[in-house]
This record gives sequence, C-alpha cells and structure tokens, in this order.
Amino acid sequence: MNDPTYSEILYQDSLPGGCHWSMTLRKGMTLRLIDDEGGANVGMLMYNPSNLLECYNAPDTLKCQHSFKLTQGHCLYSDMGRIFCSILEDTAGWHDTVCGNTNREMVEKKWGHHSYQQYRNNWQLNGYDSFLVEVAKYGLGKKDLSANLNLFSKVVVDELGNLAFDELSVTPGRYIDLRFEMDTLVVMHSCPHPLNPAKAYPRKPITYQLRRSAPVADDDQCMNHCPENQRGFKNTELFMLGLPGASA
Amino acid sequence: MIVKSSLQASQADYREVVEAGDYYMRPLKAGQTLRILDLEGNQAADTLFYSELDPTERYSAIDTIREQGNVYLTAGSVLMTNENNPMLEIVADTCGRHDTLGGACSTESNTVRYALGKKCMHACRDSWLLAVAENESFGMSKRDITHNINFFMNVPITPDGGLTFEDGISDAGKYVELQARMDVIVLISNCPQLNNPCNAYNPTPVEVLIWD
Repeated sequence: MNDPTYSEILYQDSLPGGCHWSMTLRKGMTLRLIDDEGGANVGMLMYNPSNLLECYNAPDTLKCQHSFKLTQGHCLYSDMGRIFCSILEDTAGWHDTVCGNTNREMVEKKWGHHSYQQYRNNWQLNGYDSFLVEVAKYGLGKKDLSANLNLFSKVVVDELGNLAFDELSVTPGRYIDLRFEMDTLVVMHSCPHPLNPAKAYPRKPITYQLRRSAPVADDDQCMNHCPENQRGFKNTELFMLGLPGASA
Repeated sequence: MIVKSSLQASQADYREVVEAGDYYMRPLKAGQTLRILDLEGNQAADTLFYSELDPTERYSAIDTIREQGNVYLTAGSVLMTNENNPMLEIVADTCGRHDTLGGACSTESNTVRYALGKKCMHACRDSWLLAVAENESFGMSKRDITHNINFFMNVPITPDGGLTFEDGISDAGKYVELQARMDVIVLISNCPQLNNPCNAYNPTPVEVLIWD
C-alpha cells in the first residue's frame, strides 16, 4: 500500500449490526467506514466537542451544495457554517440524510419485539434510542438530536416528491472516507434504515479504520467542489487558527 | 394539492401581521386553526412547532417526511413530532407545495452560501434566538432550534439527487392553514433574507390568523 493520500491504518475496529458507539476524532484524521457484507446503514450525528451546541446540520449541508444526496466531494457542515468533515472517497455513491431513524414502535411493527431478556445482545435496537443513549454520555438529550446521516443508504425522490428506498446498491465492501477538518464528536449507530423493507431485522456490521490525512492541497476536490465549500473551509480555518498543528 | 378554506378572515379570533425580520411566538390550542397568509407573494415563513405541555417534543421534518413517504408538504400532510406523534394537519393550501428540507438562514450559513462579508445580515435563526430569549416562560434555548418548515418556499428535489431553490410558486393572497392536534407553541421567523432570488430580494409581511 503506497497511497500518498493516507498514512498506514492507526486504528481499526468493527461495530456489529444493530449497535451504537461514539468517539472524538481529531482534525487531520480520516475515518473509513466499510460496509462489510453489503446493506449496512450507519446513522451518524456530529458535534463540536468544545461547544456541544454546534452540531451537524443536514439542511445547511444540502442547500449550500445544491444536493439531496451526499457523496464524494461533499462536505458535512455544522450549523455554524463550519465543516466537520469532507467526503474524500466514496464507493457507495449516495448517502441519505433526510429519513431519520427507526424508533421502538417501528422496529416492533416491522420486525417484532425482541427483548433483551430473551435475546440478550441479539435484541433489535432502534436508531432513535441508540442516539439517545450515546449522546447522553456527553450530557446531551433529545433536544440535541437533529436530522442524521444514514450512510450507505440510498433513498431517491421522484418528480412528485415520493421517497423510495433503493435495495439494489448493496455490494459488500463499499466504503466511505470522512476526512475531519476540525475536532469532532462522532455519534453513530448501525441500526437499519427506517425505510429498509427487509423481512428480517437487517443486522449488518461495519468495519472502521483511522488514518492520518494528507494535508489539504490547494486543488483539493472537496474544498473546490463549489465556492460555498471554499468559504466553509475558510470558516473552519479561522476556528482552528493558532492551535498547534492546525496550519494544514 | 390545492384545497381552499371555508373560513372567513373577518371572523378570525386573532390576527397579527408579522413583518419580514420579525418573529411570531404564541400558543395554538388543539382544535384551533392557524392560517399563514402570504400578503405580497413569494415570502418564506420559517416555522417551528413545539408541544406546549413539553417543548422537548417538537416538529420533526425527518419524521414527517418519512411517515408520509414524501418530501413536500401540502394539504393532507400530517406534521409529526420527534416522538412520532401527529402534531398538526395541513387542512387548506392555495400554494400547493411547501419545503421542509432547506432549513432556515443563519448568519453563519449566509457566509457559506453567499459571501464571508454577509456575516452581519439579519437571519431567521437570529430571530428565533431572540424569540426564545424574550419569551423565557417557554423555557427554551438554542437547543430547541431545529429543522423547520419553509411555508411558501419551493425547493424541488430531482430524481438524480439534486436540490434547487426555484422561484416561489406562491403569490399575493396565497395561504396555508393548519389545524392543531395537540396544544402547541408556534414559532415563525418571517424570513429577512436579502440574498436569495426566491423572494426577488424583497422580503415582505405575512399575516397570521387563528380561528377557535
């Protein structure tokens, strides 16, 4: 492996299907998420660890890049006009950020009630409760939940505005690389997408890897995707100004 | 879907004109009907709803569009909360389509969308922050500012995943009417945006009317 874009893998772990976890990622790290088997969904929210009121904002992200889908070249914005991370590489091609989560009622209705008592850690967790548990570790609650990312899930919209979940794009090994442009608290779950029509609760694991990113070059594809992203990078640069190692 | 209302403005129990750049924050009781009237056309009324009993239960764009399987709001749309409960229903609409994906303008998002130098121009999220600060009895703060509805705004999504801000499909005298299914707090920012062609760079007043 002699890829100039990244360093060697510094950390690797996996998240089983139907679970939740969180971690703080530093500016300059790249997180690769891999859909091991095909058909995984990763619900994700992001916060600024130094001001938890600053969080991922889906409407700002979509409208400033004139896009409904998210893929390579796009940046994921906070509500403060800054960029948490850029999508440096993406072999999936389309990620949803408007359909939200499964909730307890929905999971029971679609896939039955699987209590912890009976099924132990093979119970059927839902995305909403997963986020509630994970954000509570940082003093946050349901007020702090907003429209989340559903990575690896493609939801298309027809001319009349009707939503349709795309079951075809589920090749194993798909991955997305998120290059962090500022320190970010990442909260994630691997619960199914709420529109997934699977007959059985889809329990799909993901692998995640951390590498050091190459410095952002002047011709960076994400920064130059649109003039809006150039300004988003400027805003983020100001936030990091003066911090050790922030001059990239 | 165009559905006209049978309610007469002259018989409304409450009327208030909200100028561009101002906010409206008042309760609306279950069963009451709220009309937002676009007085001069192509205005955006950036609107949030909260349960009056427990404001941590609030309008949720993602739950609403997922439950109705459609990204646009119009007559027949049931607005859902973050607890996935029905909150209000759109009972009349002479505009035909309203956006709930585009969010509200903020000074910070203006720097990204338009120019870094636009950072001090008035924005919807500033109006909301003033509203929650001035109305302390509701016990709300920035954490309560979430993804809103843009009444009268046209933000078409294309099948290949594009999102565009089109010229408004609203016009002077068009309105949307909602009936509350629970006691709610209505929070509207009448959008002050001067940089977006969708209101012809000319933000104008809206009127709020309520019938018991």
